[in-house]
Amino acid sequence: MRTHWSQGLHQLFKQQGIRQVSFVPDAGHAALIGLCEADRELRAVRLTTEEEGIALAVGAWLGGDKSVLLMQSSGVGNCINMISMLSACQVPLAMIVTMRGDWAEFNPWQVPMGQATSNVLEEMGVLVTRADREEDILPLAEGALRIAYNTLRPAALLIGQRLLGAKTFDN
Amino acid sequence: MAAKASKGKPKALDRREVVRMLLDKRGDLLVIAGLGAPAWDATAAVDHPLNFPLWGGMGGAAAIGLGLALAQPDRRVLVLTGDGELLMGMGSLATIGAQRPRNLSVVVLDNERYGETGMQASHTAFGVDLAAAAKACSFVSTKMLTTIDQVGRLRVDIHRADGPLFAQVKVAADKLPLVLPPRDGAHLKDRFREALLGKDAHFQR
Repeated sequence: MRTHWSQGLHQLFKQQGIRQVSFVPDAGHAALIGLCEADRELRAVRLTTEEEGIALAVGAWLGGDKSVLLMQSSGVGNCINMISMLSACQVPLAMIVTMRGDWAEFNPWQVPMGQATSNVLEEMGVLVTRADREEDILPLAEGALRIAYNTLRPAALLIGQRLLGAKTFDN
Repeated sequence: MAAKASKGKPKALDRREVVRMLLDKRGDLLVIAGLGAPAWDATAAVDHPLNFPLWGGMGGAAAIGLGLALAQPDRRVLVLTGDGELLMGMGSLATIGAQRPRNLSVVVLDNERYGETGMQASHTAFGVDLAAAAKACSFVSTKMLTTIDQVGRLRVDIHRADGPLFAQVKVAADKLPLVLPPRDGAHLKDRFREALLGKDAHFQR
């Protein structure tokens, strides 16, 4: 069996010294969340809304912890004003966003936010890259983590719905 | 008006005096101060490098405190914020309750008003009980404070008690002179990290 990309991301978090991983439960991130929750060296923080994850990351960085925020594209909309804090304070944060509303979506209500996700992040000053092939996830995630923490700014990796649909929802 | 204190109630507390008392002999306490009046109150007590006063991010103060408390489990963390600020991020009470950080205290200076926008009534003026919400969210200790004697005891608990601790302190709806902290967020963050983590903080990546 091939190694699922979630295992690669979990290992990447460890290699990069990530200490806090926050999330709102999400189907696309389910395997990765499970790995992070089972890892006693990581603090997995279950949020009620994604904007808490932005604030949590500010507190984590004040205390010397690197963190990652996992969310679905709809969650990006919940974060907009809070992202101001990352720019105003030059706080680094890597976000990994599973896309909805961009390929073979069945729920029409997911489409508006899914189509706006990349633009919204960029408008707020977040560096955005996107993976549509499984082999791109790890190198792009590593790039997002490195540019975030080396240059003190937020960076996001979007994982396309076609990739997720093939690998996660059909399991 | 529902918001008006009726006769016979104790005189509402002076928020600056409350914060001065809470930050007295602060030791190595780490302080997050929510945007608006709590940030001015903390600064009026002392502009300290281990204060992180917020100029934005409304609704985020408690979650910032959580991230800091998880990163620094051996230090005590105090979030000082207002009723309006906490109301915007009430879900973070549930997030804190699920994590149960023993070293985190959230103190709400409750004037039942949105002070920065013209003293309009907040939900707490209409019976919303934030301490009860924190209790329902599994905070270990929750209190509603109305007298200055209780504030001295709260200061001790912030340093010693097993948290997460939540206190709602009823304060007067006074419009006080602004005492502004530095405005540059990067400076506030860097001085906090250096005071907490040492010069190495600037080399972390």
